[in-house]
Amino acid sequence: MLKNHPVLKHILGRAAWYLVTFLVAVTINFFLPRMGKANPVDTIMAKVSAGLDTKSANAVEEQYLKEFDLVQVDAHGKVVRGRDGKALKTSLGSQFVNYLGMSLRGDLGGSILQHPKRVSEIIKGAIPWTLALQLPTIVFGWLIGNVLGALAAYKRGVFDKLFYPGALLMSAIPAFCFGILLVYWFAIKREWFPAVGGYDEGLTPALSIPFLSSAAYYYVLPFLSVFLLVVGGQAIGMRSMCIYELGTDYVKYAKLLGVKENKILYYMFRNAMLPQLTGLAVSLGTMVGGALIAEIIFSYPGLGMTILTAIQSNDYPVITGCCLLVTTTVLIANFTADLLIGLLDPRIRAVQGGK
Amino acid sequence: MKLFKNLLKQPSFIFGASLFLLTLLLALLGPLVFHLDTKTRVGLAYMPPSAKAWLGTDHLGLDMFSLLIQGLRSSLYVGFVAGTIATVVGTAVGVYGGYKGGLIDDLLTVLTNLFLVIPSLIVLILISSSLEEGRSLTLIALLIGATTWTWSARAVRAQASSIRARDHVALARINGYGTAGIVALHILPYLLSYIFMVFIIQTATGILTEASMSLLGLGPYDSISLGKILNEAKTNEALTDGAWWAFMPAMVLITATVLALYVLNTSLEGVFNPRLRK
Repeated sequence: MLKNHPVLKHILGRAAWYLVTFLVAVTINFFLPRMGKANPVDTIMAKVSAGLDTKSANAVEEQYLKEFDLVQVDAHGKVVRGRDGKALKTSLGSQFVNYLGMSLRGDLGGSILQHPKRVSEIIKGAIPWTLALQLPTIVFGWLIGNVLGALAAYKRGVFDKLFYPGALLMSAIPAFCFGILLVYWFAIKREWFPAVGGYDEGLTPALSIPFLSSAAYYYVLPFLSVFLLVVGGQAIGMRSMCIYELGTDYVKYAKLLGVKENKILYYMFRNAMLPQLTGLAVSLGTMVGGALIAEIIFSYPGLGMTILTAIQSNDYPVITGCCLLVTTTVLIANFTADLLIGLLDPRIRAVQGGK
Repeated sequence: MKLFKNLLKQPSFIFGASLFLLTLLLALLGPLVFHLDTKTRVGLAYMPPSAKAWLGTDHLGLDMFSLLIQGLRSSLYVGFVAGTIATVVGTAVGVYGGYKGGLIDDLLTVLTNLFLVIPSLIVLILISSSLEEGRSLTLIALLIGATTWTWSARAVRAQASSIRARDHVALARINGYGTAGIVALHILPYLLSYIFMVFIIQTATGILTEASMSLLGLGPYDSISLGKILNEAKTNEALTDGAWWAFMPAMVLITATVLALYVLNTSLEGVFNPRLRK
């Protein structure tokens, strides 16, 4: 049945592949942080145990051990003890099973720094900011970069001579450097835009006009810091792709046949787009990482800042939670790009027509 | 020789190569030519550039110029070490998979693609935040190399599998060469230029990744890197104080190094791949 639906087959194949990747990502997310010696409970205890006597310190520690699933708990929520009265440690394997079950339910554990707040709660507050910043920058940056790159390749001349070095410079500037430059020039030297934050401190996040306009005002610099670099990077790739296409036999042949210029451009653009889309899928992870770092420069209230604060305070559950979320998002975005490739690539559809 | 002449004809190659050599010379000869001191305070916090401290002081009153040279050395070191690992491992995996094909190739490709979509920065954050003992510069470089090799593997594999189908490889096989012989004599030589380009890109990636990690507070504890200078400047309010000398030179150095490497790469691409030349 699937044979007659090559696009569907492509989609299912990719879906299965991303499911496997997701499982690997979850596994990495569990085991990597546990490779080191750092133990979340020790970190908390170092903070809260001051001033407690041994007995109550032990009770508190047990409470935390229970919460982080480091000791075994019976059906009544009581700690299972061995003969010597010591709490039995949970094996790494069953920790992993519990972790999988919790993650699938969307529970990423509790935060250490903001105890007893749940990690999912903290992340929920940060996601909209990161999505609002990254989705448009990457999608529009990619589109506009590709159009400009194709234009530069086709027009050549003065436009290309001016555009290409600029785009090359843009693609080489790290997002965080460009972000610092923007803050310094437009927020500190000339106070046109705010330097840090996502909205006016006096407002509370809500769907109201003052809040949204404040958020839009604070959005300008972080947006530009990532957007212009994505445009530059994509334009460079598209430009060399189009120069290559311009030299291929089919373009020469079409020219000899007297096919209209616009039509040739269209063919060329279509052919060059596909590798660019694949390229986007490959570099998505790097882009998202770069944008997360750029967020930090602006103290933008997204995931980047959340990860930074968590790292500074050794808040492991938050670090791993954010990491899992970023990975999942990148995987979903990649999957979407793959689906688009499936729809756009004539080779995949051709199987259907040719049978 | 002819290749070199072709390269020298390209203005972009001359620009990229001289810019990179400049940063390299600054890093290598800096400590010999100038009197560098990154330990003693030469003045108050965030003093503007003067005759005594050419690029002013940082938040502790340390000489910025000395810190920068030291930072540049560390960043280049991380770049080279990470770039070398990523290139060597990636080439080994890519060439082997691309030439051998079959089950091992499939497995390697799956592994490569897996770690290609999982963001390497995330993996790096996960590993480094769990290392309680802190991270030395070399460890960071090793970790970066260990997470970025997938890109080289994928790139090299595609090239290797296209060379595999060429006639001279088939001839070598008929003449009884083993895998090692064919790879070393008949595949690698054709890939050298490509691998060199991969190395250049991976070095740039290494420098950028280290800077990103330092900005996250996961930088080396034992040395100053350009990313760490930026991190200190950001956390110690250099931006809001308008102390441009505390971050601008470090940013210029990172961007110049990475730009030089990228330009070098594009100019090499133009020479190695004549179809792009026009």
